[in-house]
Amino acid sequence: MTNSIREIEDCPVIFVIGSNTTETHPVIAYSMKRAVKKGSRLIVADPRKIELTRWAARHFRHKVGTDIALLNSVMYEIIRNDRHDKKFIENHTEGFEELKRTVNEYPPERASEICGLSADEIKELAKILGTAEKTALFYTLGITEHVTGTDNVKTCANLQMLLGNLGKECTGVNPLRGQNNVQGACDMGVLPDVYTGYQKATDPEVREKFARAWGLKALPDTEGAKIPAMFDGMLHGDIKALYLVGENLVMSEPNQAHTIKALEKVDFLIVQDIFLNETAKYAHVVFPAACFAETDGTFTNTERRVQRVRKAVEPPGNAKEDGWIISELSRRMGYVMGYSSTEEIWEETRKLTPSMSGITYERLEGDGLQWPCPDLQHSGTCYLYCDNVFPCGKAQFQPAHWKPPAETPDAEYPFVLTTGRRLWHYHTGTQTRRSAGFNEVFSEELIEVNPEDARRLDIKDGDYILAVSRRGKVKVKAWVTERVPSGVCFMTFHFHETCANVLTNNAFDPVTATAEYKACAIRLEKI
Amino acid sequence: MKKIALNIDGKDAQAAEGDTILNAARENGIYIPTLCYHPRTKQAGKCRICVVEVKGLPDLQVSCSLQARDGMTVNTTSERIIETRKMIVELYLSSGRHNCISCEASGECELQDAAYHLGLEKSNFPVIPKDLPVDSSSPMIIKDMNKCIQCFRCVEGCNNVVVNEVLEMGFRGGDMTVVCDTNKPMGKSSCVICGECVQLCPTAALLEKKAAGKGRTWELKKVRTTCPYCGVGCQMHLHVKDNEIIKVTGVEDAAPNFGTLCIKGRFGYDFVHSPERLRSPLIKRDGEFVEASWEEALDFTAEKLLEIKKTHGTEAIVGIGCARTTNENNYIMMKFMRAAVGTNNVDHCART
Repeated sequence: MTNSIREIEDCPVIFVIGSNTTETHPVIAYSMKRAVKKGSRLIVADPRKIELTRWAARHFRHKVGTDIALLNSVMYEIIRNDRHDKKFIENHTEGFEELKRTVNEYPPERASEICGLSADEIKELAKILGTAEKTALFYTLGITEHVTGTDNVKTCANLQMLLGNLGKECTGVNPLRGQNNVQGACDMGVLPDVYTGYQKATDPEVREKFARAWGLKALPDTEGAKIPAMFDGMLHGDIKALYLVGENLVMSEPNQAHTIKALEKVDFLIVQDIFLNETAKYAHVVFPAACFAETDGTFTNTERRVQRVRKAVEPPGNAKEDGWIISELSRRMGYVMGYSSTEEIWEETRKLTPSMSGITYERLEGDGLQWPCPDLQHSGTCYLYCDNVFPCGKAQFQPAHWKPPAETPDAEYPFVLTTGRRLWHYHTGTQTRRSAGFNEVFSEELIEVNPEDARRLDIKDGDYILAVSRRGKVKVKAWVTERVPSGVCFMTFHFHETCANVLTNNAFDPVTATAEYKACAIRLEKI
Repeated sequence: MKKIALNIDGKDAQAAEGDTILNAARENGIYIPTLCYHPRTKQAGKCRICVVEVKGLPDLQVSCSLQARDGMTVNTTSERIIETRKMIVELYLSSGRHNCISCEASGECELQDAAYHLGLEKSNFPVIPKDLPVDSSSPMIIKDMNKCIQCFRCVEGCNNVVVNEVLEMGFRGGDMTVVCDTNKPMGKSSCVICGECVQLCPTAALLEKKAAGKGRTWELKKVRTTCPYCGVGCQMHLHVKDNEIIKVTGVEDAAPNFGTLCIKGRFGYDFVHSPERLRSPLIKRDGEFVEASWEEALDFTAEKLLEIKKTHGTEAIVGIGCARTTNENNYIMMKFMRAAVGTNNVDHCART
């Protein structure tokens, strides 16, 4: 998030696109709903009639995978009505003319044909955002999990730049991150192209700094493989070993059959986890790991806040902390790490990471600290780009054209399947399904089917049906509901018996390699 | 913020302008009991146990609802005040099933605290027997209205803090009670089981079901940590006894959640103690997992990786880190892949 959770309650306008906030980030949804009670206008753009729409002033129900067409058209209307922030654009941005050229191709009448909203609805949304004093934009994986995910994000940023909604409180581009420490894992450089704090692995100075700190002569200078490329490498036989820490790939990656094939092919699979999950079954070696309650350290939340994690109980049996296991393996491979505490690891991290240099365990007591926090006197950063100072000088408009999802419905597979989470379970279900009471609340997966479609196919609420895609099929109970529009179905990946990722498409965004979990084509069969 | 000066119990005190007398007193280390007031649900003016005397004003004043003003003289301990408070607590004790002996809330019950503070052993009023059915229909929360003191905190929290809009005060007069939706059993209502009502309840009228019978408050060690589910990073206390997490509560005065949690954060903790947890390293032999010692498993793995590195080069090895584990463990993972293996082939599921 460019901005902070605390600001939400004071936002005049909250624009939520591609985020099922009440179910995936309930505590942030509390803030949004409190804001509505205090007078904020909550605007939701989402194909599904999600719970949050109950509190929304307006719900714009555009089609799955049409965000760019919609937002480009909104920008077209904002510019046409002279509602853009000319001062901000002139002083702090570059590329406005190019943006104008791109969005010029999206008059509401044309965008309407793509996104399914009427031209008037698009104009209304443009007016709400264009006349608002300030708007904070929130998104989740509904924006990123498309083959155009990167362009979707850039388009959200373009909109906020056009309106001058950056660098101040109650504005910003605010992705809500879905896992407790997904922000931290990125910040720590568990990515094939960067070290901690997004320092480029291809930059010789960065490599030299880390090599010196780690007592090495050199470090690898080419970018590594992202997960989809790893799978390809495993299938081609170039990649022989996979060390997998805490991921249940069989359940969480798209196109389960493809994932399993890759895992079966790899010569040596090491799985380090807290349960013998669906993926661990393919392992050659399994390391039992400690979980959050058995570990000291830090997590970094969606608003860049580094916070303490404290050990409360001992791990079961011989399970050990991830760090201990990895460093023991490292020692046996000839590279000794030799840390005596987690604080020592953090100290090394912060000294090598300019954006976190000021964050120490001692300073994390209380409310933690939000990076950037470059020195020990710095009190952390609630919102980025204060005084409109951008890391690259001026903020760059990066206009993008709309492209359809990689797989669209046809006569054989007439429905769009979009996937996500439910309030009652988490991710691949390994934790919530092993916590008492959760299965009582929500015991099996349901596929959401619109009543009109259900009537046409003679499917009744509670019927078991087959959901079939080009990649697989799942037998699942139908939930006939207005939550999904006609032509769209929804499922989650919480249940191994009925995992949506048997069906999803392993088509990826070319930049981030994020899969298109939000759109694939399926058909429904009665059984 | 502008400061004002006032006198409380004969002592000079300072307070922030706009603050209530209750807060001003608390800021200055003076205890005034409260039952309905809570810092997050704010003034309620329901229980009236926080009454004080203010010079120049008639009658007793409700300190949670009256703003402190410059030059005020406040008395919080006169006989009249104490007698009034005693009567209020006695009335509460007589109008419900407030039996501390095996009550889950004993030790953290605010009614019990108030009675203790006032030196009350029992109510001098005749006890009106209450025998309302206990609602155990929710998988996570026990709702026992025999212990409800109608403080409205849960109703306020449900509607204005987490804004789930499920709880309401139903019926009137002596029958007044907390209801879910249109008086449905909690487990059949639209309750999303965030547990905010449990956290705010001053007694045991709303209680964590899974914690019942597992330990007294004073036996539990409270460990502050960060929630292991979504990316909000809620601050929580794990309440631990004998190496077991008994319950979870939100940290009241800490960003980003200020006490609130969701069903997963508050109630999704017992996977930690699941009998299915992995307890030993495993090596697959002839298609079956066999338990191994750490020495054996680590030696075997290191040998295998070194062999692959030697035969096929560093790029034949890839690592996937974890968006669930700590920064420190992730740092070690990426360091291992880059320094020990010698490849940038390291990624994690930032995209799911």
